[in-house]
Amino acid sequence: MSKEIEIRGVKDMPPMAVSLGLMTVNKTGSWRNMRPVLIAEKCTACSICWKFCPDMCINIEGDLPVFDYDYCKGCGVCAHECPTGAIVMEEEMR
Amino acid sequence: MKKVVTGNHAVSFASKIARAQVVAAYPITPQTQVVERISKFVADGEMDAIFIKVESEHSALAAAIGASAAGARAFTATSSQGLALMHEMMHWCSYARCPVVIANINRALGPPWSIWTEQNDSLAQRDTGWIQYYCESNQDVLDSIIQAFKVSERVLVPSMVVLDSFFLSHTSEPVDFPDQDKVDEFLPPYKGEWVIDPDNPHTFGGLTGPDKYYELHYMLQQAHKDAEQVMDEVHKEYEKLFGRKYGRIEPFMADDAEVLLVVSGTPASTAKQAVIDARDEGFALGSVKIRVFRPFPRELVKEVCRGKKAVAVVDRNYSFGNQGIFFTEVRDAIYDLEPRVPVYSYITGLGGRDITAEDLVNIGKAAEKKECDNPTWWGVKL
Ligand code: SF4
Ligand code: SF4
Repeated sequence: MSKEIEIRGVKDMPPMAVSLGLMTVNKTGSWRNMRPVLIAEKCTACSICWKFCPDMCINIEGDLPVFDYDYCKGCGVCAHECPTGAIVMEEEMR
Repeated sequence: MKKVVTGNHAVSFASKIARAQVVAAYPITPQTQVVERISKFVADGEMDAIFIKVESEHSALAAAIGASAAGARAFTATSSQGLALMHEMMHWCSYARCPVVIANINRALGPPWSIWTEQNDSLAQRDTGWIQYYCESNQDVLDSIIQAFKVSERVLVPSMVVLDSFFLSHTSEPVDFPDQDKVDEFLPPYKGEWVIDPDNPHTFGGLTGPDKYYELHYMLQQAHKDAEQVMDEVHKEYEKLFGRKYGRIEPFMADDAEVLLVVSGTPASTAKQAVIDARDEGFALGSVKIRVFRPFPRELVKEVCRGKKAVAVVDRNYSFGNQGIFFTEVRDAIYDLEPRVPVYSYITGLGGRDITAEDLVNIGKAAEKKECDNPTWWGVKL
């Protein structure tokens, strides 16, 4: 597990852009403007959304998809691919 | 040991003597012989390197960057259109702080097609963050490449060693080859601190926001600043080991000169003849070669120009819409000299047109008489 690395200035930095830690602390989901939300009643547990997510942010827990909002970018691919319309994209409120 | 070699083969031999481990290159006139010879060295088992045939110059530099990022000593060579095609990767190489060394044979860009010398190809790469050396002789070429690896690997800034097409690339000159043992002592194997290592994975060059990108560029500029001191040390060490003296600038009879020619590349050697001829006539001409163009040796240029009656900058290049490129750099460096030193711009030799010693004496005389249109296109047929 990597911990948060504080970079105040050049003294803390390597000479080139190189990652110092792991993505476990760099939660890129903060870029998201739209968030996928599951309507569980419509879901047939086909896992198509899981297969299509370009950022591997869908985990199947039990039978149903669960979104990893720490990394989901809100692209909407899952909602587009879902054959039953079980995923809706809602505006991210922060 | 002395050998008679062309500038191109001086480049090939230098990469071998410097023990480059990866060479990725694409042939282009007038550089082809460089690549030809290196591929032969590798094929014959005389050079312990991986030679990568690539489909373009863009790929050549990309492969060299990859090799360097993985901790290898990487080398490539190109010219003109080929260097222009590398442009995107030029930035990548210096920003990634990969100490790659390139030999570039100065050749005019087309159209019209030209294979003759002009500096616009290398000077168009001025702001890509690379160190640039301009060579006067084949000896200078060989020595500069060996030195460039050392400097680049110390400060993590790539270097371009520039030589004039044909005047050096295809001209044979005696060149003193340093002993391999001594070169190995001077240039130990490259040990990069930030290199790709599967046992210690990192992302290189990933998306970096405005909060850190700015600092990375500050560090690249600091590295250029450090390079000045490193070069001075490297030149001293080189002289001690191999007996040849080099500087970032190289003045010739400049101390007592009233008028100073500022030159680069092979015209620097013509300028020495011009200075001797002028002195015979009683005209106190001197010259200074700018050998290292980046980092620009501002302080040294300023000191050598101090107190001169006139400084004439001879440019075999042009920044369209403005001036000769060395001229603007020199004038900027000496701007705040007191008393003011008048500096004049003479454009010469574009597309490989000959620059004779007589031209250079007459340019010196014109500058003394303040005859210059800043710039004067010397010898242009109107
Ligand atoms: S919105 Fe895009 S990133 Fe987020 S879970 Fe769906 S497919 Fe993956
Ligand atoms: S694609 Fe739709 S139906 Fe299939 S698992 Fe995902 S949300 Fe459920």
